[in-house]
Amino acid sequence: MEAVRFENVKYSYDGGESYAVNGVSLSVREGEFLAVLGRNGSGKSTLAKLVNALLVPAEGRVFVEGMDTTDEKLTFEIRKRAGMVFQNPDNQTVASVVEDDVAFGPENIGVPRDEIGRRIDFALNAVGMQAFRDAAPSRLSGGQKQRIAIAGVLAVRPDIMILDESTAMLDPKGRREVMEVVKKLNKEQGMTVILITHFMDEALQAERAVVMHRGEVVMNGTPEEIFARSEELETFGLTLPRAALVCKRLRAGGMPVAEAFTAEELAEAICASLQRD
Amino acid sequence: MRIVAKGLTYTYNPKSPFASQALKGVDLTIEEGEFFGIIGHTGSGKSTFVQHLNALIRVTGGSLQVGEYDLAAKKCRLTELRSKVGMVFQYPEYQLFAETVEKDVAFGLKNFRKDLDEADRSAAVRAALETVGLDYEEVCDKSPFELSGGQKRRVAIAGVIVTRPEVLILDEPAAGLDPLGKAELMQLLHSIHGDWCKTVIIVSHDMDEIAENCTRAAVFSEGKVVLEGTPAEIFRRAHELILLGLDIPVTAKCALMLKERGICLDTDFTCGDFADKVLALWRAKEGGNAQ
Repeated sequence: MEAVRFENVKYSYDGGESYAVNGVSLSVREGEFLAVLGRNGSGKSTLAKLVNALLVPAEGRVFVEGMDTTDEKLTFEIRKRAGMVFQNPDNQTVASVVEDDVAFGPENIGVPRDEIGRRIDFALNAVGMQAFRDAAPSRLSGGQKQRIAIAGVLAVRPDIMILDESTAMLDPKGRREVMEVVKKLNKEQGMTVILITHFMDEALQAERAVVMHRGEVVMNGTPEEIFARSEELETFGLTLPRAALVCKRLRAGGMPVAEAFTAEELAEAICASLQRD
Repeated sequence: MRIVAKGLTYTYNPKSPFASQALKGVDLTIEEGEFFGIIGHTGSGKSTFVQHLNALIRVTGGSLQVGEYDLAAKKCRLTELRSKVGMVFQYPEYQLFAETVEKDVAFGLKNFRKDLDEADRSAAVRAALETVGLDYEEVCDKSPFELSGGQKRRVAIAGVIVTRPEVLILDEPAAGLDPLGKAELMQLLHSIHGDWCKTVIIVSHDMDEIAENCTRAAVFSEGKVVLEGTPAEIFRRAHELILLGLDIPVTAKCALMLKERGICLDTDFTCGDFADKVLALWRAKEGGNAQ
């Protein structure tokens, strides 16, 4: 089943002079983990906002679980199914206590009181933040704040989660925490994940990646397939993961090494090549 | 300007239930001319430390000498110091405020260099904007809010370097940029380093960035400097960084795994050098096989 379908979608912020998203057709499978790559200004965030009807297409159609986002009667239902986590953890908190913050979504869609309690338990548990139920969000670390933002989305029980550079402002530990939670939700609960990121190592953890350039989807494949096309990737202003960069240099120097995208794979490839007779 | 910190301590909200000691005795010397990296977790004290360098936080314990300025002294010429030690905060584009790029960049100059007339000021703004890679004629009369994210960040940096500080400190200068944007920004910092600002200090979480760019670096943990040296010296002790819960560069991670299998590399952990050293090993082996 398709979770999200874009049909030749265009969107313009300036009434048609230029298009931030320019003719995108894309299908995201239910339960898929999709990474979206591209330079700043390539249209990634616009694409994200088109998914849960924060923006509606100027041309073409976006369907979320079969629902057309241009149909205003469906907007509420679409936002229940597709939740969004933004970049800045400080801009996403609405309450002064963690549990109230997580309850904000379900309260707004009229979930009964005792059900809200259960959902808060479930959501905080899923992001590993049960111990902080009564804490003040302002005293948490960036990674913890983002996990609370994710819990707030989870409490609405969506099927699809969109993360718009949600790890960009975090330190490495915070990034790891958030990625672990996202991967777990995808694996264990079959959550469809659309992850917009500048970090190539995060993209490697996805099943599929697309590259955006000037509002268009220009590459589409597994992360490994995409990183194997390094020259093309560079023309779109992206770089390889560091391990792949080293690998490329080794090959340029004549050394026969297997393709590597992570430190582990690189060590393996170098070993194999050095220990071969 | 040489920076020497000795036994620097600092406590937030002292004598209150919220008291927390951010610096617990920092000893660190940064020589003039360095491209210095500061590494550490959120909460390790690195931001508290750099804010001491231009007296945004005043010394309350220990000593700190920045060039000729003794920052622990009661009387210190703060305005003069701050024009010589420039600070670019995280996501500096959020601090732009004036109606035009020209006015925004000129703001620091107006405050620090009251001796300059309009024409001198304008010339300085032009030079700063051109140094950060922007076309003066094209952007000077625009609102900074009309520019792209990357351009805004450059305008913010121009607003700091316009006073020609001797030391430039940047907190996570490349955060949030795409990979090419990051590379361009680091290139820009290298071009500023030397002619414009003798010393550049960056705070960064990106270990690859530190390995590729810095002459020396210091690792902060729990309010102290726990490791200090060239990136090569620091990342050779990768296991200690891992114990501190910090990341290490991909090359260092790979070198550790190779070492476990008996392959030792003497590298500085930049991608280029790492690949060269591996290639040298491979060529030696191939040569051996040929004989």
